[in-house]
Amino acid sequence: MQSEVKFAGFGGQGILLSAKILAHAALEEGHEVVWIPSYGPEMRGGTAYCTVVIGDRPIGSPIIKNPQHLIAMNRPSLEKFAPTVRPGGIILINANLIPIGSGRDDVTDLAVPVNDLAAAAGNLRAANLVALGAFVARSGIVDFETLRRCVQEEFAAKPQTLPVNLAALEKGRQAAQG
Amino acid sequence: MGKILMKGNEAIGEAAIRAGCLNYFAYPITPQSEVAEYLAKRMPEVGGVFLQGESEVAVGYMLFGAAGAGERVFTTSSSPGISLMSEAISYIAAAQLPVVFVNIIRGGPGLGGILPSQGDYFQATKGGGHGDYRLLVLAPASVQETAEMVMMAFPLAEKYRNPVMILGDGLIGQMMEPVEFPDHLRTAPSDKNAWASNGMATRGSRQRNLVKSLFLDPEALNNQNLLLKSKYDRMRREEVRYETYNLDGDYRVLIVSYGTMSRVCRTAVDNLKAAGVEVGLLRPQTLFPFPLEAVREAAGRPACQAVISIEMSMGQMVEDVERAVCGIRPVHWYGKCGGDVPTPEEVMDVVRGLMAGGR
Repeated sequence: MQSEVKFAGFGGQGILLSAKILAHAALEEGHEVVWIPSYGPEMRGGTAYCTVVIGDRPIGSPIIKNPQHLIAMNRPSLEKFAPTVRPGGIILINANLIPIGSGRDDVTDLAVPVNDLAAAAGNLRAANLVALGAFVARSGIVDFETLRRCVQEEFAAKPQTLPVNLAALEKGRQAAQG
Repeated sequence: MGKILMKGNEAIGEAAIRAGCLNYFAYPITPQSEVAEYLAKRMPEVGGVFLQGESEVAVGYMLFGAAGAGERVFTTSSSPGISLMSEAISYIAAAQLPVVFVNIIRGGPGLGGILPSQGDYFQATKGGGHGDYRLLVLAPASVQETAEMVMMAFPLAEKYRNPVMILGDGLIGQMMEPVEFPDHLRTAPSDKNAWASNGMATRGSRQRNLVKSLFLDPEALNNQNLLLKSKYDRMRREEVRYETYNLDGDYRVLIVSYGTMSRVCRTAVDNLKAAGVEVGLLRPQTLFPFPLEAVREAAGRPACQAVISIEMSMGQMVEDVERAVCGIRPVHWYGKCGGDVPTPEEVMDVVRGLMAGGR
């Protein structure tokens, strides 16, 4: 079994970081994992995307045309990548910036106001962790406790930011389960 | 130490330190600048040196000088940067010094682009600089293998007193995968006093060690080239490395592919197998020496009808594949080199086309 999660949004929305935390959690659970960033002559505010591939055997192609799931943090990302998601996947939609759905009936749309929830958790910049928490809670792709531990590890060097980041993760979980 | 998640570029830096290399000279260029970023922090922690040259030309000769003095030294760069270093690479090979080069290839020719490519196969395996020299070229396909090959490259460079090159592509440098390092650190080369020009007093010897590449006497130069050739012939005998995938069954097509491209091909082989189509894959891990005999043997199996070299270049490795197959099977090529890595689906279509006799 192999599943792929594409993270996409504006540069600066923490796309690469939230993808890295998911990859770390998958590694902690003993899975094979690859984190593949888009890299290019990007500008601030431009698009950024990143794919995490999780499998139970060595991962072949790191080039993924049709991911299982999508986390869309802005509208251009949803419009560009929603058609590529495999049937049965989850599309997390940042409802604060995206007033539309995926327009597909063979995937699950999970619309979460991640910006509002991040602000409520204490910092708008933690919107990526709200999205990650919501996605993991809904998909079960890794255990939520593993994810929480990886967030703690990621921010170990900046302990003052940890409470907000953990609160953001939790708000995401509640939104996905509510 | 367990597995940690690392970018290929970071793993290169850490692996060099684990291999006991404490000298890193480089000039930044996408897509491998994270090596310098990593080592700028890490080298001082282990008592090593990172020095950024004023250009790749300068870096090439800084490597030459440090290696000539018996220091374990390496650099990383990307395609245009390696072109600038190529003059020094020729001198280093001529002077028989061990230096490790890492080329994280970007698209070319010229400034090209910054996305993954395998367009420097010829440069790495057939020349780049002038004269009759060879590099021992290692081609990793994962972050773990990249780290292992970097650690392997230093002893190989010292065994042959010859530059060794790790040939990766932008994706190998940029992606993160789990990687595990051995705990121990390697020690400095033990036999360097036989050749290092580090001062007679330092090594308590009365033997003068000269670093040079100028041989004006025709016979002396010919002998020097014969000596170099004997090393390259020994590499051909002792250092060929490759990996096979699905070569047990009755495959009708043999794919030869390396690096990132070989992983895409592996997925294509799996998908085709699930659809009842048997395809074999041979992945050279050394590009020089090239696994000529292994490719010839795999191509010669009775069920095999065709061989195809799939590479992120416009047909470079295919020339070595043709040399290996020696006309016993038709040899084809498929590739792309704008930065878009061909997908498994594209590879599957190409293989199906071959089977239908459409190419």
